[in-house]
Amino acid sequence: MRPHVDYLLRLGDSSLVLGQRLAEWCGHGPVLEEDIAMANVSLDLIGQARLLLAHAGRIEGAGRDEGALACLRDEDAMAYLRDARAYRNFTLCELPNGGIEKGGVHGADYAITMVRNLLYCAYQVQLWDRLRESADRELAAIAAKSAKESAYHLRHAADWTVRFGDGTEESHARAQRALDQLWPYANELFATDAVEEEVAAQGIGVRGAELHPAWETMIDATLAEACLVKPAASAFRSSGKAGLHSEHLDFLLAEMQVLARQHPGAQW
Amino acid sequence: MVRPLEADPACSALAARAWQVLAAVSDPEIPVISVIDLGIVRAVIETDDGVEVRVTPTYAGCPATHVIEADITAALRAAGIAARVVKTLSPPWTTDWITAQGRARLKEYGIAPPGSVDRRGPQVVHLAPKMGSDPIYCPRCASARTELLAQFGSTACKALYRCVDCREPFDYFKPL
Repeated sequence: MRPHVDYLLRLGDSSLVLGQRLAEWCGHGPVLEEDIAMANVSLDLIGQARLLLAHAGRIEGAGRDEGALACLRDEDAMAYLRDARAYRNFTLCELPNGGIEKGGVHGADYAITMVRNLLYCAYQVQLWDRLRESADRELAAIAAKSAKESAYHLRHAADWTVRFGDGTEESHARAQRALDQLWPYANELFATDAVEEEVAAQGIGVRGAELHPAWETMIDATLAEACLVKPAASAFRSSGKAGLHSEHLDFLLAEMQVLARQHPGAQW
Repeated sequence: MVRPLEADPACSALAARAWQVLAAVSDPEIPVISVIDLGIVRAVIETDDGVEVRVTPTYAGCPATHVIEADITAALRAAGIAARVVKTLSPPWTTDWITAQGRARLKEYGIAPPGSVDRRGPQVVHLAPKMGSDPIYCPRCASARTELLAQFGSTACKALYRCVDCREPFDYFKPL
């Protein structure tokens, strides 16, 4: 049961954390249409997260007669009451919108956001396609629903990546810099671990490594149109999916969770 | 193409009455189209103490979902029918379920109705994206010479287009 819950948390937390990052653009987008786009993509991701976290909570509490404490496993409790060590999102999703180099340009860089979305949404498209066949019928339903939305997110990110890469000298330089910074964080998505082996054996989930070839084909085609150079492979592997996060997640969660924690049990 | 759902002629009189009530419950964002025409209501089943209405959310994060469910319960209660709303995720909502009447109402309202869904599945993304395989007609002047302004319009489910002929912008309901 624990690998099943961990797997759902991986997917749900990644959607939630990425949704939170994209929501940071609200009111600060480079142009109005992109401000709206980021808010909408964020909303879709939060919708995915709600479904996945609620499902994870139900699986975790299954068979237990918890009475009033069952509320500690609903989607809000899962989102607001867990600390960073309990979060299972991929590290890629928690990286700041300005990137990981000191400062970033004005603290946020749209090239970082678009290239990160390209890498992660391309992964999600492959993931949801496989998970339609999951033995966990609720997860299969969530995957079928999310697949359509993620396809639009991918199209949006790929479009911008091409515009930046095949754009001005400045946009090209920033897109290449974003790609070089983010590329090593993609390794974690495709490094099959014990949790994935277990859920794959049960027909519930899919091994990350199996998603890599189709992902790489999609990415290669986009980078070629964007005139961007694919970075060399590296041995770096982030560990967010094991609950071992970068220094950035704590700050993100502090901001996201503060209101709910200041008013425990409040109903809006 | 998947046929939109219609009231089963063999359903009970109570369920049939409930369907009629629901035909007057409109989408909170687009008041000219009902939750039946949008294909959100999947089934109405008579139960021991009233009816069960099975609905499917459009987008996972759609903020109107709560309002729609509340409106459905309220409308049925006003008609003297006790109702329980159950959300079903599967099969996932598709714009193919929007009825012909719904499409006509969208167009009259100034929103270009969705083309048919591209069912090819995940593939290499082609830039200069086309939303679907059909041309998108301006809801005001019917010209096919239209161009994409933004992938996300006034709501997540719509994109913003512009007509090259009459120069007016309009929302396009994205195929899903």
